[in-house]
Amino acid sequence: MNLSHLKPGERGTIVAFTDLEMSVKLMEMGCLPGEMVEVERYAPLGDPMAIRVAGYQLCLRKDEASVIIIT
Amino acid sequence: MSHILKIALVGNPNTGKSTLFNLLTGMNQKIGNFPGITVDKKVGYCKLTPDQQAEITDLPGTYSLYPKSKDEAVVFQVLADKHNSSHPDLIVVVADATNLRRNLLLYSQVADLNLPVILALNMTDMATKEGIIIDVDKLSAKLGVQVVPISARSNKGLKELKQAIANVTSIATQEKGADMNVLAGAAIKEVKALVGTNNDYYALQLLHQHEHIESFTPQYEQFEAIERTHHFESSKLQAAETIARYKHLSTILSGVIEDTGTAKKFVVSDRIDAILTNRFWGFFIFLFILLFVFNAIFSWAAYPMDLIEESFAWLTAVGHEHLPAGVLTDLMLDGVVAGLGGIVIFIPQIAILFAFISILEDTGYMARVTFMMDKIMRKFGLSGRSVVPMIGSLACAVPSIMSARTIESWKDRMITIMVAPLVSCSARLPVYTLLISLIIPQEKVFGVISLQALTLMGMYLISIVAAMVVAFVMKFIIKAKEKSYFIMELPVYRMPRWKNVLYTMYEKSKTFVFEAGKVIIAISIVLWVLASYGPSDKFQAIEKKYAQIESRQDSARVSTLERDKSAEKLENSYAGILGHTIEPVIRPLGFDWKIGIALITSFAAREAFVGTMATIYSVDGGADNEGTIRDKMRVAVDANTGLPLFTFATGFSLMLFYAFAMQCMSTVAVVYRETKSWKWPLIQTAYMTVMAYVASLIAYQILK
Repeated sequence: MNLSHLKPGERGTIVAFTDLEMSVKLMEMGCLPGEMVEVERYAPLGDPMAIRVAGYQLCLRKDEASVIIIT
Repeated sequence: MSHILKIALVGNPNTGKSTLFNLLTGMNQKIGNFPGITVDKKVGYCKLTPDQQAEITDLPGTYSLYPKSKDEAVVFQVLADKHNSSHPDLIVVVADATNLRRNLLLYSQVADLNLPVILALNMTDMATKEGIIIDVDKLSAKLGVQVVPISARSNKGLKELKQAIANVTSIATQEKGADMNVLAGAAIKEVKALVGTNNDYYALQLLHQHEHIESFTPQYEQFEAIERTHHFESSKLQAAETIARYKHLSTILSGVIEDTGTAKKFVVSDRIDAILTNRFWGFFIFLFILLFVFNAIFSWAAYPMDLIEESFAWLTAVGHEHLPAGVLTDLMLDGVVAGLGGIVIFIPQIAILFAFISILEDTGYMARVTFMMDKIMRKFGLSGRSVVPMIGSLACAVPSIMSARTIESWKDRMITIMVAPLVSCSARLPVYTLLISLIIPQEKVFGVISLQALTLMGMYLISIVAAMVVAFVMKFIIKAKEKSYFIMELPVYRMPRWKNVLYTMYEKSKTFVFEAGKVIIAISIVLWVLASYGPSDKFQAIEKKYAQIESRQDSARVSTLERDKSAEKLENSYAGILGHTIEPVIRPLGFDWKIGIALITSFAAREAFVGTMATIYSVDGGADNEGTIRDKMRVAVDANTGLPLFTFATGFSLMLFYAFAMQCMSTVAVVYRETKSWKWPLIQTAYMTVMAYVASLIAYQILK
């Protein structure tokens, strides 16, 4: 399952990424494998989304979230 | 007297780096450019001890040394290139204590470049409040550098930081971070030999980024050859490095940081977000805030603007009364003073707009606007990040186009740059207000809303719609070079830092006055000369003609004669000739040759419109110098028809022309600077001019 499938309030743990280039940016921002993420909310129009990770709030588009594989 | 210590401030975005910079340097700072590139360079000076001065450079905020945007690329360029004029003797890494691990990633990269480093732990008071306990001494011992807890917001720890800077040795003391040799040892070894360094990480970074550093261009081929032999894959190595660094940071931070009160800090911020980014209310609140800002720009600025206008009118009147009449006085008063007035009058609006922008950014709301607007903006070929440059363009396209550097995707950035000048900037405001007061009656709709204000808002809406439509078209024309990103931190809501707000107001107004001022004064003077002089044979003929009439008439009619004479002189002046030359082209838009002159000068800067009108009508006014420019334009008559010149059709057509046309040299220059090619500013000028002409033509032909 990937991160963009979660509903607000749901959590998961990052396992891997399906896009190398995107993974660099995401990891620099603290989205590391093993890190717990929680979906906070979606923007009023349903995209992008705000997640809580590594102790802060990050927003990203759904297609960016879809490269993050979670369990 | 010791030499001036060069310091670079480095840190993640939203760490309070700029606040610290302002605190350290006070008003003693300037904005320049990094050599060869166009990123603004903020440099300030600070007295560390009575006899130790420091030059501090505020580098753009970044999450890592691997740049994702043009702005971020500067950081490595400055830190890695010893020949860069900003290359520091000491780096101060500013880290947010409430999110230490992520902030230390950048620290660990910077530290491995082996320049002397100090770690400034900002927001320590917030961290304490949130239950995060950091053992500063232990952290300092583990990292091998001085760690200074500060709070830039409440002005704490500054003395200690200055002391730490003064104490620093010229030799780097930090412990090495993660070992890079396991990642690409063989390639690193070759680069070390190539550039003559013994620093592994510096060598690795050069492999990644040598093409961005000017002083390594001669070795370009050698670098590429090393990359080929070792099958160097940049993204893969960056990913591996990031993981290795975080692993290393975990061992550093164990026993150093203790988080007792988990997630307490987000409660308030979450509640605010639940309202401000609400599915239903979110956009209403944004619209309401925009309306409030606009209303403030117009109503709050009205009083100081009137004051400025009256002061300049008074100055001109007093000048004409007391100074000896002559060419020099005329040039000073009708050229320079009129031009100056045209600039100074913008200050209240610019200051108010930037006060709001800086408050909205500071509180964290702007990030939410970006978040909410991204999906819509993307439909039009823009990104959520385009919102800030677009809103900023309401003040001025020049800083906004520069602020588009934060947009990581090349295509999004180009489209934002291409359409930003369509958004009505503050320089159009006086054009609109002047014309609206001429053509729209002072009536109220439903008894409350002024028809004039409504028209003004309509002009802004037209400009925004036009920008979106053009962006949508460009989405299909411009080919993307890389993927568009929207991975962004949403900072916790905070109270604005009023000192920063004031500082932004001051800085933006100052930049405007000096940058735009130079152009406008020059135009005013040139224009005055062009409008006052003409081919000498024609001017002599006019003088002669009026001298003859004058000798035949009685003195009572001399004043009207004077006026006729100066009108005829203006028509035959160089400016008049220019205006007449383009008249056939602009006639279908409803413009006469006098407006033609204003159009010509406005191609340098649209601010010049009101000034040009003032100059033309002052010159035209002859002896009769009283009355505002508005009164003079109201009575202006179309020479061809004898009817009032500024009819609804002409006024509206003129407003549309100013809304769409690229009448700003500074914008053209900044687009060239930002895109590094004449192609983009030329396309932009062409499409905007065509759009302006067609819109005005249609409007005038329908309305006349």
